[in-house]
Amino acid sequence: MRIVVLVKPVPDTASGGERLRPDNWRLDRAAVPAVVNANDEYALEAALKLTEAHGGDVTLVSMADPGAPDTMRKALAMGAASGTLVTDDQLAGSDALSTTRVLAATLQGMEYDLVLAGADTSDGGAGIVPAGVATLLGLPYLSYAAKIAPDPAAGTVRVNRITPTGYEVLEAPMPALVVATQALGEPRYPSLKGIMAARSKTLETKSLVDVATGGSPAAGAPLGGAAATSAVLGSEAPPPRAATRVIREPADEAARQVVEFLAERRII
Amino acid sequence: MAAADPIWVHGELAPDGSLAKISTEVATLARQLGEAGGRDVVGVVIAAEPDAAAHDLARFVPRVLAVTEPATADHAAGAIVGQRLAALMEREQPAYLLVGAGPEGRDLAGVVSALAGWGVLVNAVGVTWDDGPIVTMSVFGGKLTTTSRLTADHGIVTVRPNVISAEPAAAPGSVEPTTVDGDLALPQVRIVDRVEAAGVAAPIEEARIIVAGGRGVGGPDGFKIVDELAAALGGAVGATRAAVDSGWIPYAQQIGQTGKIVKPALYLALGISGAIQHKVGMQTASTIVAVNRDPDAPIAEFADVIVIGDLFEIAPALLTALRDRAG
Repeated sequence: MRIVVLVKPVPDTASGGERLRPDNWRLDRAAVPAVVNANDEYALEAALKLTEAHGGDVTLVSMADPGAPDTMRKALAMGAASGTLVTDDQLAGSDALSTTRVLAATLQGMEYDLVLAGADTSDGGAGIVPAGVATLLGLPYLSYAAKIAPDPAAGTVRVNRITPTGYEVLEAPMPALVVATQALGEPRYPSLKGIMAARSKTLETKSLVDVATGGSPAAGAPLGGAAATSAVLGSEAPPPRAATRVIREPADEAARQVVEFLAERRII
Repeated sequence: MAAADPIWVHGELAPDGSLAKISTEVATLARQLGEAGGRDVVGVVIAAEPDAAAHDLARFVPRVLAVTEPATADHAAGAIVGQRLAALMEREQPAYLLVGAGPEGRDLAGVVSALAGWGVLVNAVGVTWDDGPIVTMSVFGGKLTTTSRLTADHGIVTVRPNVISAEPAAAPGSVEPTTVDGDLALPQVRIVDRVEAAGVAAPIEEARIIVAGGRGVGGPDGFKIVDELAAALGGAVGATRAAVDSGWIPYAQQIGQTGKIVKPALYLALGISGAIQHKVGMQTASTIVAVNRDPDAPIAEFADVIVIGDLFEIAPALLTALRDRAG
């Protein structure tokens, strides 16, 4: 099986240092270390397990800033065979629609049975790019997967899609696009061997001109920061929470105080 | 005349075919924006059996378009509803489309955005009107609040649950059945089975009160007291990734970076340290009450109240106190 995984370098949430540049309200990528988006790691882990079971290999596709290769190497170290990075000054400040078009255009020239994408990213958090990519490419779209079961002989894939009340079992012909969640399982740590091997794996860099060719979903479409469909008017820290009230009384008295507090706030 | 183009709101179905709670909130918001901007507000329900949800939606907005689309009965809805909605928008020319920011709304917004070429402002936690929607979003897990607008005179806004209280209109609106012609060009994804998990009633994002357990709960048995407290408060049960990874509770209940982002009126955190990956999923809750053995746990820095002690003593006492109060 050939599987493409969409990955995005995002600011490391654990660093706590995420901020916007005051001059253009874009993410200040220089201020924070980048990591592979956590939901994309679940997608990658699922892809690696599927190729281990069914044969084949995993290719990464990313649209990101020129600093992304370091982050992409970490994903290659987990076991992906190669990667394609679309990077272009013109793409800085891209919105979700522009990202959707560029990723779809990049995928159009590739051969695959499945495309896997994380449910959302920890920075933008939109969660709408995978559906858009599937739409532009005319791929079956199977979202919020807790389980991915391809049947290569039949050319179909089944996915357990998480719903509020349980799950639905979806079935579609391949190639298809599947949205991965954490329910697929813990991502592996790269082995030392994997890290060494990643250094020599192919990481192809493409510019906007390379992907937005005639007939592609990006051709002629407005792209990049200049074509952004939204504008940030301002940004501020939310009002600080009031000081924490600490209750150290014995259980019964503590419980009485909490219930009184909830009643004061008209929660109960 | 472009200035009069209406605001549309998508009516999402709950599993029982009625209108999803998130859509009652988004519809209320759409009506308020319509009043502020002098725009008509139109609801749209597209489903195999749209009538129940369409009539629910008409309690909130003056006019509802109901499209019967049999394909959604046994096929994944996102692509199908998205295509029908995009075609209906092409015909009727609304200016803005408001949808919920849950899984269904996100699937739909992605499809419609790609088909219509419309921009999307995502995860709104507040929307006002100034010649178009002005959208407040909470970014970086609540660290910053940004305010944005669409650069065009049209676009999509996805709205988080619990940012507004649903309020029916003074007078109910009308439901107009309509049809949308054309092929469904995108491939359809068949639903071959539906499996119900025990005891899950509603999406956790929509809950007004959430009682959540973390590593400190100690195991699946420990979640019994979490369940009981949630039931006593009329709330939903949530969990940290540690509790989910340990198999104590399903992933659908997980709150945090790779789980759900929630904004309840009350978040009662039991045995939860408040690590950043969990904090980003719940720190915009109106009130946070924590029970933790460790006074130095990170959650002590952002909870409104923290009770220091053994949760297996405090939680049962809390349950008793709540039941006493309820009589």
